[in-house]
Amino acid sequence: MRRRRLLTSAAAAVLALFLLTFPLYGTDFQVVQIGAQSLLFGVVALSLVFLAGYGGMVSLAQAAIYGLAGYTIGILTVSHDAPGLGIGPFVVTHPYPWWVGVLAALAVSAAIAALFGLIAVRTQGIYFLMITLALGMIVYFFAEENYAILNGHGGIGGERAPTVAGVAFTQPRPFYYLCLAVAAVIYLGLKYIIRSPFGLALQGIRDNPRRMRALGFWVEAHRVAGFTLAGFIAGVGGVLGVWYYQTISPGSIDLTRTINILVIAVIGGMVSFEGAFLGALAFTLVNNFASSYTDRYNTVIGLTFLLIVLFSPNGIVGLVQSVARYGVRGLAREPRADILAQSSSPGGAEPTAALPRKEEVDTTVES
Amino acid sequence: MADFVLNTLNGLTAGALYFLVASGFTLIFGLMRVVNLAHGSLYLFGGYLGWSVADATGNWVLGIVAGALGMLVTGVLIQQVLLRPIQGQDLREALVTIGLSIVAADLLLAHYGGVAYQFTTPDAISGGTDLHILGLFYPTFRLFILVFAAALGVLLWLMLNRTRLGIIVRAAIDDRAMVSALGINIQLIFALLFALGAMLAGIAGVVGGSALSLSPGEDGRYLLASLIVVIIGGMGSLEGAAIGALIVGLVEQYALAYASTYAEILIFAIMVVVLAVRPQGLLGRPA
Repeated sequence: MRRRRLLTSAAAAVLALFLLTFPLYGTDFQVVQIGAQSLLFGVVALSLVFLAGYGGMVSLAQAAIYGLAGYTIGILTVSHDAPGLGIGPFVVTHPYPWWVGVLAALAVSAAIAALFGLIAVRTQGIYFLMITLALGMIVYFFAEENYAILNGHGGIGGERAPTVAGVAFTQPRPFYYLCLAVAAVIYLGLKYIIRSPFGLALQGIRDNPRRMRALGFWVEAHRVAGFTLAGFIAGVGGVLGVWYYQTISPGSIDLTRTINILVIAVIGGMVSFEGAFLGALAFTLVNNFASSYTDRYNTVIGLTFLLIVLFSPNGIVGLVQSVARYGVRGLAREPRADILAQSSSPGGAEPTAALPRKEEVDTTVES
Repeated sequence: MADFVLNTLNGLTAGALYFLVASGFTLIFGLMRVVNLAHGSLYLFGGYLGWSVADATGNWVLGIVAGALGMLVTGVLIQQVLLRPIQGQDLREALVTIGLSIVAADLLLAHYGGVAYQFTTPDAISGGTDLHILGLFYPTFRLFILVFAAALGVLLWLMLNRTRLGIIVRAAIDDRAMVSALGINIQLIFALLFALGAMLAGIAGVVGGSALSLSPGEDGRYLLASLIVVIIGGMGSLEGAAIGALIVGLVEQYALAYASTYAEILIFAIMVVVLAVRPQGLLGRPA
C-alpha cells in the first residue's frame, strides 16, 4: 500500500514536471493546438465527469453553459473596432475591462446552471439526459435565431485574452500556462470538494437518493448545488475557449459539440478526474491527426465512442486499471462501479446493475 | 385575421409533422425505456433515402415507401445488434444511440454533402387549395400532412388499443417480466416496436423533407422537437405526443409571427411550467 502511494506520487511529480516544462521544447503547434486545447477541453469535460461520476447526473447542457460564458465575454469585452470577424451591425458590445467580462461570464454560467438544475434535478438517469439535452439544444437554436443580442448564425468574434502585468495571454506559451494553471486549480479544487461533507453527500445521493433523503439530506438542494458548481466549471472552460478560438457562435454549441463533451468524458472514463484530461488529449490528437488522413474523423470518433460505451464502460482509465489489475492479481477482478449500467428506477441503486445481465427481460422491480 | 388563420394552419401542420417524428420516439421509449437519441438521424437518413429513390424513379410515393422500409430495416439492425446485448441498462443504451447519431451525421454528410435537397411532390398534393375562408389559399401539401398525420395517429391508436399486439404492448409497458412469463416472446415485440418507431421516423423524414427541405442539422432539429414533445406531452404516451406536438407547433409558429426570434424562449418557458407542475408530462404517468 505504501509502495503504491510512493509510486503514485512519483508518477504525479514526473507528470507535473513534464506539463510545466513542455512549452520549453514543444513547437507552437504542439503547445497550443494540442496542449492548451486538451487542457481547456479537459476543464469542460471535468464539469461533466464531476456531475456524472460523483453526482450521477449525465448532463448534455454543459456545452450550452460553456457557450453562454463565451457569449458574455464577447458582449462585455469586445470593442466595436476590434479586428475580429463576425461582429454584425446589430449587436451591441461593450469594451469593459477583461476582468468584468470574466466575472460576469462566471456569474452567468453559474446562474444559468442553477436555473437548469432547478428544472432538471427532480429527474434521474435518461430523463435527466433528455431534459438537459433539450435545454442545451434550446440555447443553441436561440443563439442561431437571435440577432438582437447574440448576432445569430455569425456569433460574436474578436474576443482576445487580456494582457496582465505585461504578459500577453494571446501568446502561445503564456496561454498554455494559463490553461494549465486553471486546469490544475479546478482539478485540485474538485479533488477537495469530493472529500468534503458536500461531496460525500452528493456521492451518497448518486448511489441511493432515497436512503439519503431518509437520512435527512435535502437531495434536490445538493443536486442543484452540484449542477451549479459544474456549470461554473463549464463557464471557466467557456472563458478559456472563447479566448482560444477568439470567436463564439452557435456552431460552438451545436449538437456535435454538445456530444463531443460527452465523448471526451466517456473516452476518458467517467469515474475519475484524470480521465477527463486523458479523454481530452485523446480527442484532440484524433481531431488533429486523423483529420490529415481522412475527412471522416467524426466517424472515427463516433465509432471509438461506441466501442468504449459497449465494451469498456470506464474508458481509458478503466482499460488501464483492468490491465494493471490483471498484472497484479491475475483475473480476480473487483466489481467496478459502472455508472453507465445504472437504471433510472426511482429506488436509486439497482442491485442487479453491477452483475452481468442475462439477455432476458429487465427485472427491475419498481418498489 | 387572415394572418391569424394562416399562422394557426402553419402551427397545426408543424405540429402534425412533429407528431409524426415524436410518435415513433415515444412508442420506443414507452415500451423499452430506450431514449433513442439517433431518432433525428433516422429522420434525416429516411428522408435522404426517400429522396434518392424518388429522384431515381420519379415517384414520390416510392420515396415514402423506401424511407419507411429502409428505416424499418435500420431500426431492426440497431435494436438487435447494438441495443439487445445491453438491454435494461438505459443510460448505456442512450449513449450507444448518441454514438450512432455522430457516425450517421458524418456519413450522411459525406454522401449527400451540405446542400439542401427538395422533393417534387405529386400534382394531386402540390400547389394551393382554396380554403373558402377570407379568400385564402393554403399549400395543399401542408394540408396533406395534417390529414396524413391524423390518419397515422388514429391507426397507431387503434393498433395500441384494439389489437392483440396492442394489448401485449400495453401490458409489457406495465410489467415486462410478467408478460414474458406468460409465454409471450417479448424480444419479438421489442424488435417490432423499435422497427415501427424507426419506420415512423423514416416516413416523417420524407414528408418533412417534402414540406421544407433536407440538409445536415435537420437531425438535431427533429431530435429536439421529439424530446420537447415527449417531455411536455408525457414520455411514452401516444396521446401525449399528439398534444405536445400541437402545443409546440402552434407556439413556435405564433412566436415566429409575433415575437420573431424568441420562439425558443417560449418553448423553454412552456417546458419549465409543465415540468414544474407535472414532472411526468401532461399525460405521462409517474415514473
